[in-house]
Amino acid sequence: MTVESTAARKPRRSSKRVSAKKPPAEQTELVQLLTPEGERVEHSEYSIDLSHDELRGLYRDMVMTRCFDAEATTLQRQGELGLWASLLGQEAAQIGSARALRDDDYVFPTYREHGVAWCRGVDPTNLLGMFRGVNNGGWDPNSNNFHLYTIVIGSQTLHATGYAMGVAKDGADSAVIAYFGDGASSQGDVNEAFTFSAVYNAPVVFFCQNNQWAISEPTERQTRVPLYQRAQGFGFPGVRVDGNDVLACLAVTKAAVERARRGEGPTLVEAFTYRMAAHTTNDDPSKYRNEDEYESWKSKDPIERFRTYLSNEGIADQDYLDAVEAEAEQLGKRVRDAVRTMPDPDTMAIFENVYADGHALVDEERAQFAAYQASFAEEGN
Amino acid sequence: MSSIEKMTLSKALNVSLRTALENDPKVVIMGEDVGKLGGVFRVTDGLQKDFGEDRVIDTPLAESGIVGTAIGMALRGYRPVVEIQFDGFVFPAYDQIVTQLAKMHARALGTVKMPVVIRIPYGGGIGAVEHHSESPESLFAHVAGLKIVSPSNASDAYWMLQQAIECDDPVIFFEPKRRYWDKGEVDTSAIPGPLHQARVVRGGTDLTLAAYGPMVKTCLEAAAAAAEEGKSVEVLDLRSVSPLDFDGIQKSVERTRRLVVVHEAPVFFGSGAEIAARITERCFYHLEAPVLRVGGFHAPYPPARLEEEYLPGLDRVLDAVDRALAY
Ligand SMILES: Cc1ncc(C[n+]2csc(CCOP(=O)(O)OP(=O)(O)O)c2C)c(N)n1
Ligand SMILES: [Mg+2]
Repeated sequence: MTVESTAARKPRRSSKRVSAKKPPAEQTELVQLLTPEGERVEHSEYSIDLSHDELRGLYRDMVMTRCFDAEATTLQRQGELGLWASLLGQEAAQIGSARALRDDDYVFPTYREHGVAWCRGVDPTNLLGMFRGVNNGGWDPNSNNFHLYTIVIGSQTLHATGYAMGVAKDGADSAVIAYFGDGASSQGDVNEAFTFSAVYNAPVVFFCQNNQWAISEPTERQTRVPLYQRAQGFGFPGVRVDGNDVLACLAVTKAAVERARRGEGPTLVEAFTYRMAAHTTNDDPSKYRNEDEYESWKSKDPIERFRTYLSNEGIADQDYLDAVEAEAEQLGKRVRDAVRTMPDPDTMAIFENVYADGHALVDEERAQFAAYQASFAEEGN
Repeated sequence: MSSIEKMTLSKALNVSLRTALENDPKVVIMGEDVGKLGGVFRVTDGLQKDFGEDRVIDTPLAESGIVGTAIGMALRGYRPVVEIQFDGFVFPAYDQIVTQLAKMHARALGTVKMPVVIRIPYGGGIGAVEHHSESPESLFAHVAGLKIVSPSNASDAYWMLQQAIECDDPVIFFEPKRRYWDKGEVDTSAIPGPLHQARVVRGGTDLTLAAYGPMVKTCLEAAAAAAEEGKSVEVLDLRSVSPLDFDGIQKSVERTRRLVVVHEAPVFFGSGAEIAARITERCFYHLEAPVLRVGGFHAPYPPARLEEEYLPGLDRVLDAVDRALAY
């Protein structure tokens, strides 16, 4: 029997009702190494062994990122930024995955990967240029192997795949990681990236942050199966990890990255997490989701649980935690000052870098516009 | 040993690709059926056999995927030459071309380059089914960051493709598919002119016919027919749609004082409209007649049995020549 004929016999559901039901958590394997209560647990396949320094480092990364993110939100409220896309709640997914990478690996982010950018060593103030409206990217992707933020949903997964195909051609053992969201998983480009990476066995990790929402649409609007299971149909492994557990995210991503290095091809990692803030500063989540959901995820906060773990195990004492807070405040101040003094671009920047090898029309229009502008100066205006 | 050889336009493209693959190990060819088959028009014939599956890559059947991964390869330092099988099938890749390929250099403030060539067999006249006869060049010319060229003959096919591959910007390379089998001399040791410069292919004094790609031949035939009636028509092969060589057109029109632009693409918002507007601005006092356009209609490309009427042919071009001369 074809799928079509099955569907035809079913009563039509009203479009209001979300058709597929959420799979209960226990139905799916969720890799976890740290419970929401901050208790370290073991997993049969994934393990992690970090020094105290490294563990404290992960904590510091998450706190710094959250502080930077909060500062950016404030700057938007104050009119210094036109928009901000907060990563609040996704710190563990981003820090854990990014710390699984080597310098020679390459990252293709969405627009929300501020924690990944931090780990790659991109100056946080550089991220703010596009949100302030002074540029559309504004960092050299090759200086940190961190590609530009990509706004068109899903596009970058293909760039990551092509880059990874190039890595394989070069005979290098670097890996590539493509970040994308639950909403993006519906895009043709993402599915094409799965196909291309699979048939070419490209060394790429697809890191999907399922933060449960694509603006106002819940993940059930994108998929009937848990997202990580999609990988199977494309012929590579998929794994769901507790996206609020920095240790599990690190362990799972590391395994995927190492698989890529060994020439075993792509892996899909679904980091199960939650977007604690609005989609962007323009969004009003009260229109589409309820407080209960928010509260239940709040109790799974990635930083809280990790702090509990570090404290209980005696890995970080109060002095250390205080020092990180102080450092984060300093970062906030530095970012604030940098944004407020960020110069507007020169008007003629409109015509810059349109082409690498030049274009007659751009030259002509640049000259005409310059003359037009100069005419005001001559008139003394 | 002479380096001048007579060959078809498609063979010239093939030789050009071979040269590029030989000269630069970073050049890779990607597309549907470009490997064993050599492409549906055989433009990549024999290349995979000689350069391997690593350089001449049969891709999955997904145009966005092809262009999107080509972008990634370019970011890694490769120079992908992508084949889209037919004009009407570029649209799944349109998003990647417009939002990513065209804008990446500017987005990165000049820190990355996008040396990607997208080859598209285009235009009608081969009796094909739907989606195999279109001329979408204006849909790309409107996008800053892209360069758009179209050769009309074998020699230009060879050299313009060399230059497109050497270019650090994305180039959409429109191949006049109905001229694939036309033969011409190719001098592979010549020094080519600039990629984006128009060329006078027939001198004349009374009127300029400007065209590119498949319509250049049609215009040359029209000019020959007009000459029999004592009219001296100049034919300009524009070669490049973005940038357009307005200086070259202007120079010609200042002498002939009349301009007719011919393309297969629909006239409405076509490249002829842009040329008419700019040349009117530049040559207002030289013009004896308004700039006229000959091209496709604002209708879907018709079924094959109607395409002879739909496409601008000799008579439609001559009709416009007569109208322009009547002013
Ligand atoms: C191709 C495209 N369509 C629509 C949008 C508008 N848009 C921006 S973000 C977004 C939702 C993305 O959801 P998801 O992929 O889950 O990522 P998240 O924002 O949750 O991180 C939409 C629809 C876009 N940027 N690109
Ligand atoms: Mg989401």
